[in-house]
Amino acid sequence: MTAQRDKLGRPVVVVTGMGIMTSLGAGKTDNWAKLVAGESGIRTITRFPVDGLKTTMAGTVDFVSVDPFSSTGLSERMAELVTQEALEQAGIGARGDFPGPLFLAVAPVEVEWPQRRELGRAVGRTDFTYDDLLNISGGGKFTHWHHRFMFASVADHLADTFGTKGSPISLSTACASGATSIQLGVEAIRRGETDAALCVATDGSVNPEALVRFSLLSALSTQNDPPQAASRPFSKNRDGFVMAEGAGALVLESYEAATARGAKILGVVAGCGELTDSFHRTRSSPDGKPIIGCMKKTLADAGMEPDQIDHINAHGTATPENDKMEYNTTSAVFGDLAQKIPVTSNKSMVGHTISAAGAVEAIFSLLTLEHQRIPPTINYDTPDPTILFDVVGNKARDARVTAVMSNSFGFGGQNASLILTREPA
Amino acid sequence: MTETTSKPGQTEVWITGIGLATSLGEGLDANWAALQEKRINVDEKGFAPFLVHPLLPVSFDSQIPKKGDQRQMEAWQRIGVYAAGLALDSAGIKGNKDILSKIDMVVAAGGGERDLNVDTGVLVAEAKGANAPGFLNERLMSDLRPTLFLAQLSNLLAGNIAIVHGLGGTSRTFMGEEVAGADAARIALARIASGESDIALVGGSHNGERKDLMVLYEFGDYNLKNSFAPVWARKDHPGFALGSAGAFLVLESRAHAEARGAKPYARLTTVVADLARRKQGGEMAATLEKLWDKLPRRAGKGAIITGATGAEPATSEERGFLGKHADFPVRSTGTMFGHAMETQFPLGLALAALAISRGALFPPNDTTGTEIEMQGAPTQIVVVGAGHWRGEGMALVEAVS
Repeated sequence: MTAQRDKLGRPVVVVTGMGIMTSLGAGKTDNWAKLVAGESGIRTITRFPVDGLKTTMAGTVDFVSVDPFSSTGLSERMAELVTQEALEQAGIGARGDFPGPLFLAVAPVEVEWPQRRELGRAVGRTDFTYDDLLNISGGGKFTHWHHRFMFASVADHLADTFGTKGSPISLSTACASGATSIQLGVEAIRRGETDAALCVATDGSVNPEALVRFSLLSALSTQNDPPQAASRPFSKNRDGFVMAEGAGALVLESYEAATARGAKILGVVAGCGELTDSFHRTRSSPDGKPIIGCMKKTLADAGMEPDQIDHINAHGTATPENDKMEYNTTSAVFGDLAQKIPVTSNKSMVGHTISAAGAVEAIFSLLTLEHQRIPPTINYDTPDPTILFDVVGNKARDARVTAVMSNSFGFGGQNASLILTREPA
Repeated sequence: MTETTSKPGQTEVWITGIGLATSLGEGLDANWAALQEKRINVDEKGFAPFLVHPLLPVSFDSQIPKKGDQRQMEAWQRIGVYAAGLALDSAGIKGNKDILSKIDMVVAAGGGERDLNVDTGVLVAEAKGANAPGFLNERLMSDLRPTLFLAQLSNLLAGNIAIVHGLGGTSRTFMGEEVAGADAARIALARIASGESDIALVGGSHNGERKDLMVLYEFGDYNLKNSFAPVWARKDHPGFALGSAGAFLVLESRAHAEARGAKPYARLTTVVADLARRKQGGEMAATLEKLWDKLPRRAGKGAIITGATGAEPATSEERGFLGKHADFPVRSTGTMFGHAMETQFPLGLALAALAISRGALFPPNDTTGTEIEMQGAPTQIVVVGAGHWRGEGMALVEAVS
């Protein structure tokens, strides 16, 4: 009988179900096979014209159809599919009756261009003002758009479909959102409010305006040709991140409840940490203190020392600033170990799934623990000489992995880290 | 149902700071005075036929000293950062680096303003025949301000609060219209009650003076039009008038507050929330009843402050629920402040704490008899927040004993 409480006396939180979708494909099996084979899901965008854009590639999920298309609709559909996969694996509750709350990481919702254009056409004139748009919005013609573009709409749909309990929480902590959804689930179980939580993160945001917004902030790679080589974490010639779509779902349970029902344990969420950076809207504090503090809090939350971490699933966006900052802060926390612990960035292959990234990468970290094999960081041909990580470059590596730290850093000073381990022996 | 109640042996949570910037004014005295005078600030002309409760202008410089910071934000964020600063002032922790470096933040937020000129310009050009494949891309690349995105991102309200006021604990942003405000308070309370956190800043902000939001709500015919009426008098003329408001609270464990000599406005005892399906009549009222049953009962004088929107059928269902608890005098924040969406629930919490600390409920402002006079000091106030479309939240705010 292993301990069902952690060193701090809280319930141990385990993962009993996982579902994933990225530009590589649907489901754990397909994603993992392609990930360890070093395949890229980044391709030239075909969903909409790319004329006039500086960045013309992304990790789109084109194999899921949504009609009529909207980014929020795609986010919802992907979230539904990954949740189904996670629930099938977990075998928890009854169909449409999940015994716990939902924490959903989702991109901020707004009316999108296809709908705005339809509204413009509905005015029926060639010259009009915004007031004309407003004045024809009512009357019931567009009621479905109200429902579609409520921020809560995706979570409401998941709650209705899967029968989660209570008020579902839709959250955004920018690029750390996926990690935050897991953290909220862990906390709810540790507080004893529930034995199970459904943590889902989804992002289907590859649309013209989202691409332009990141482009205007000079955040995106412009190495469009070939698209597969655009995302270059830790390389000297990295020039930005690649927008991508995807979703991840995790069923979290208290170890006690999971073992009581004989569930297969996929891993343990041993630690969560979070620390706000108040330096700048898009840049990290130059001294890296908030990220350092975030990693340290996470280690403390897990009751672990740096030498117990044997793999880091990096945020690794491939922006010039992020990767350098991540190395410097990791070095500050891990000392010489920062050059010895194998590090990888899944974003080299699936791109940056933004709101979903924290959950997608937590799932990849758990699959790494399961398979004892670290997926590669592809496009690692010209290492940045100032980043001395042991990057798992280009080829997957077999390794003994018992504890993974997964990092997520986002606009607005959002930093979150997770530590994932195997089932307690 | 999800609930947070501080249980026996668990930490008691106090409201030790309140920050308000609304259509009735800034700060507690101005808002309280306006409520006493039954003053309503509604603009029937600026957005006609739509109505809004515009922000009573404030000097943002006093809470956001750097013009550069102000320029990086749109109005909804400036209102929020301003109100958050007032809350920190009110709790006596503004500039207190020891506390601010660890304070946890849970913010309820929507999204930011769009650039209406850019949107209209693109649509008009397309109507006039611009149909090259890259037309939209090129216009957006050249017309969107690079920093506008940061003023639109939901979590950048929290980000700006952190930057301007120097907050360095945790930061979480909940979205999801009205109930996001209840969930923000619920999670912050749960974290403090369980010892995960000592002190938290909770709230939201909303700019109601936005035609892009009116378009969204007009899709569902939710906007109040033509002439103002109190929330309870809108049955044949339903809808809400958007309101501009920032409302933030400092929540703190009793021990943490006492150790620094902070005085409470009130105690936040319980926050509960749920999601009724609302497919059939009565489901929402039944959920409100279930939430009500989760609130601890105490002897004493009670009242209800609700964020009822004026939208139907939600408001009629809620009125049915309220009718079963007629011994609790009701006040509607929607009548006085308009509808501030994610911010309406924190606003209700703020007014409940204020009323308890001032030893009186503010007077009714209603023509239908739903709101009645209350004599004496309320000792417990139930805050109700039922979304115009979905989501139900409830909280119990009590006098500290």
